[in-house]
Amino acid sequence: MTVSPLDAGVPAATATAEPSLWLKFWRRNGAGYGFLLPWLIGFFGLTIGPALISLYLSFTDFNLLQAPSWVGDANYLRIFTADPKFLQALRVTFFFVVFSVPLKLAFALAVAMLLNRGLKGLPIYRAIFYLPSLLGASVAIAVLWRQLFSGDGLINRLLAMIGITGPSWISNPRYALSTLVLLSIWQFGSPMIIFLAGLRQIPRDVYEAAAIDGAGRGRQFWSITLPLLTPVVFFNAIIQTIDAFKSFTPAFIISSGTGNPINSTLFYTLYLYQEAFGFFRMGYAAALAWILLIIIAVFTGISFLTSRYWVHYDD
Amino acid sequence: MSRGSATPAKSLAKRRLFTVGAHVVLVAASIAMLYPLLWMLSASFRPQNEIFGATSIIPSSISLDAYVRGWSSGLQVSFSTFFANSFIISALSVAGNLAACSLTAFAFARLKFWGRGFWFALMLGTLMLPYQVTLIPQYVLFRNLGWVNTFLPLVVPKFLAADSFFIFLMVQFFRGIPRELDEAAMIDGCSTFGIYWRIMLPLSVPVLVTAGIFTFIFTWDDFFAPLIYLNDMKNYTVTLALRSFVDSSGESDWGGLFAMSVLSLIPIFLFFLFFQRLLIEGIATTGMKR
Repeated sequence: MTVSPLDAGVPAATATAEPSLWLKFWRRNGAGYGFLLPWLIGFFGLTIGPALISLYLSFTDFNLLQAPSWVGDANYLRIFTADPKFLQALRVTFFFVVFSVPLKLAFALAVAMLLNRGLKGLPIYRAIFYLPSLLGASVAIAVLWRQLFSGDGLINRLLAMIGITGPSWISNPRYALSTLVLLSIWQFGSPMIIFLAGLRQIPRDVYEAAAIDGAGRGRQFWSITLPLLTPVVFFNAIIQTIDAFKSFTPAFIISSGTGNPINSTLFYTLYLYQEAFGFFRMGYAAALAWILLIIIAVFTGISFLTSRYWVHYDD
Repeated sequence: MSRGSATPAKSLAKRRLFTVGAHVVLVAASIAMLYPLLWMLSASFRPQNEIFGATSIIPSSISLDAYVRGWSSGLQVSFSTFFANSFIISALSVAGNLAACSLTAFAFARLKFWGRGFWFALMLGTLMLPYQVTLIPQYVLFRNLGWVNTFLPLVVPKFLAADSFFIFLMVQFFRGIPRELDEAAMIDGCSTFGIYWRIMLPLSVPVLVTAGIFTFIFTWDDFFAPLIYLNDMKNYTVTLALRSFVDSSGESDWGGLFAMSVLSLIPIFLFFLFFQRLLIEGIATTGMKR
């Protein structure tokens, strides 16, 4: 019988007297729970507790000042049947996810493949492409983007040099969201690094064998590179998609928190923020949060279920 | 190493052509990627009347006016306060995250206790949980504690290891440290805490540095939590101040705004400069988001 908290199970001196059950439990588990204590407090107080309370709040009317009052499924009913802003927020967010994630990953993969050809200067190129990805999430870059795509911004000045008069991109509902997609694509650096690491795992001799069998570059890409890289593609796609669903700051900065012009940049999280902290409809916002959780969970679940048909694992 | 059936000479020429072409594409792409950043940098050094209309990245004359103007910001509080606030919050967050996550990770990676698998599974489960789901009750909690408009809601969660990603990162690293080391220390009479403190932590410097840098960058960049918890301008972080700046006077003073934006990026840029290899390894091996 060991009382050592270390997993290795180094035999320790057995207790002489017959200790109480609690003392025994404490001796065996005390160290473990001692180390776990901060996390346990955080887990119950900041994670699982609040998550359950927010589920409860989503069935209530709650404005922060009065106690929440139970309204049953009224919040969800209104969200799904009578809330055009919810639909708009979904449209904006899905548009953003559907365009930014594949384009970003396509750029990341294309550049990674080019860099993986044993070119000189790889560390320099990699650093340059990575930098926007590292800086890109900051407010400073969102501020920069707001200037670049404003009516008299840099982009329009460049266009003017070739005789094109550009619109005010960020205040035009047709283009505002696309500038945010572009901002996201600009940050293709970190998935590129993950692709590079994945490409290095593919043995050279596979390509040599394929070349001897007469496979051209295109054929090599579709039959070797892509299938062997699918686990990395899958990983990147999941991470980037979840991140895109949760995107908040750029849209907030570029639209001054409004989601305008005419709600064309009303990201889901921005709408949730407005409901919670603009109108103090906390119960309604909690319902929106749970719907977001379910959307992300369903998406992740479907991805994992379908992954066995297209993600190629070694064994 | 010729490919396919092409003759060696032809293949060599093709290769050379490919290399040149690839460099042309990559250099062009690099310029396009960096151009906005360099343009902002140069705009911040231009005299006020020169920012508009300038497309080149080399200013004709260098002026620090924008930095002087921006620093006092036209808001009631100057940027020295905002930078100090951001530094305090980020430094405390790093300390909290490293302490709490390493304690938790040590328990999961090394200690044997009843329910370990259960708690570990729950911890992994929270990795996927979007923060919006806990947002409102957390806000109510911190508000009832009287913590709104203090740094506590931003910092205390870090001391309670609320970011499970870093726990996971450290568990992976700790598992790679040979168990013989703790066993030997155990036999020599080292306490459990002693093993954590004198053996695990000193051997885990790489993962601690990686986690510390990423915590700093994420906290430094964080906009959402300061937005909802800090209302008094004296407590604003740099990110909040930039937002107020752009909404109030920003459109009329791009120079000052760019100058402060550039300054706000410097800490991150320094990490990039000195720890680039560590950051890139962190991303390549763990899929860190940035």
